[in-house]
Amino acid sequence: MVTLYRFTQRELCLLARQKADWLNPLLFFVIVLSLFPLGVGPEPNLLRIMAPGIVWIAALLSVLLAAERLFKDDYRNGVIEQLVAAKQPLLSFVLAKLITNWLSTGLPLVLLSPLVALLLNIDQASLVAMVFTLLLGTPLLSLLSVMGAALTVSADKGGILLALLILPLYIPLLIFASAAMEAAAMALPYYGQLAIMLAMLLFAMALIPLAVISALKLNVS
Amino acid sequence: MRPILTVVDSQRLDIKPQPFPVLTGQPLLEGRALCCIRQDRVLFEQQSLTVHAGELLQVAGKNGAGKSSLLRILAGLAQPDDGAVYYRQQTLSQAATGYAADLCYIGHQSGIHEQLTALENISFWRTASGVAAADDFALLAQLGLAGLEDIPCRMLSAGQQRRVALARLWFVKRQLWILDEPFTALDQSAISMLQQHFLQHLQLGGAIVLTTHQALQMTHQALTTLELAYRW
Repeated sequence: MVTLYRFTQRELCLLARQKADWLNPLLFFVIVLSLFPLGVGPEPNLLRIMAPGIVWIAALLSVLLAAERLFKDDYRNGVIEQLVAAKQPLLSFVLAKLITNWLSTGLPLVLLSPLVALLLNIDQASLVAMVFTLLLGTPLLSLLSVMGAALTVSADKGGILLALLILPLYIPLLIFASAAMEAAAMALPYYGQLAIMLAMLLFAMALIPLAVISALKLNVS
Repeated sequence: MRPILTVVDSQRLDIKPQPFPVLTGQPLLEGRALCCIRQDRVLFEQQSLTVHAGELLQVAGKNGAGKSSLLRILAGLAQPDDGAVYYRQQTLSQAATGYAADLCYIGHQSGIHEQLTALENISFWRTASGVAAADDFALLAQLGLAGLEDIPCRMLSAGQQRRVALARLWFVKRQLWILDEPFTALDQSAISMLQQHFLQHLQLGGAIVLTTHQALQMTHQALTTLELAYRW
């Protein structure tokens, strides 16, 4: 626990020093969303219909943008290699990466959702649904992108490989999240979709940290 | 080139407490008939080595002779193409966690994050090694880094970064150190300080495997050199 706390502190400290790492994806998210009304025309009803898909695609891509550099520095300067060699607490290291990745890319998306609602003419019921889906979905996005980053850490130009690897895994989330928001827009209950998202999140939480550890070990040997 | 070995008064070795368990007669680390192939080139084969507690093994050889590969195999980071590494008479896979808990490996990359300060890097490794926090300012001052504690490591020179990386050797409680080129970029005073520290570790029953092109100036009876020949 203490280890996890210290490692998280270190990651937060690194984020504070390397602001581009988390500000760029966030700006990307806002820019993409603000371009849509310009591109498809400012018809309020059209935007409202398209909003769930747009929000979630932008969220996926912005999280993907942040994923690539996740383990790069620690791999290049030998931190991961030496942690693996001495079987030092890799789990805490990975969990700290996960937590800070969510705090820097997932949580800001949740906080930005009122602004997004304003841009895309989303009504209040859909906004609530969007906040719920983002709250459940962004941790899952972080988990998947940490896994992708760990798998591609030793690849020189791993960016496109990472996208190919991770985007298919995002698809179930995309389907259920936008379905929940659409249901909310039609004033239908959307607990079912949320429950499935929660199940996916719990499943990923249980298994992905172990997969990440194995991937890191593979990459240094 | 073998360094001059002088016999150290064996009585003096017993003054220090011995925190590390020493198995008499049994080697701490043993490589049996190791073979390593990289890009269809045999770096070494039938290479055997033993390291007892209290011994320092210097792996020497030309660039590309396979020193780092041998060290990575010994550290359990890479698998030998043939042969096996034994730690306390067990293979590395049998001794897995026990071995790792006794090992401090500092590789060619120093494990220092350039964006973090010396203090933050040291505190990271303290946490990772499960060592309680202590006075890092004193440690850094001892390493000649007084006044540079709060500067991101990318601002430090290569030698200073290496000192930050090696600071780990002053607080980890690990019996076996495997160090890849620890003297790189260090100046003479740092090198002799490090050698003093090696000597202290050996006297406590620790063991060290390192690669270096430097001739070690240490006067210790348990200093052996393994010369890896460069092969085509």
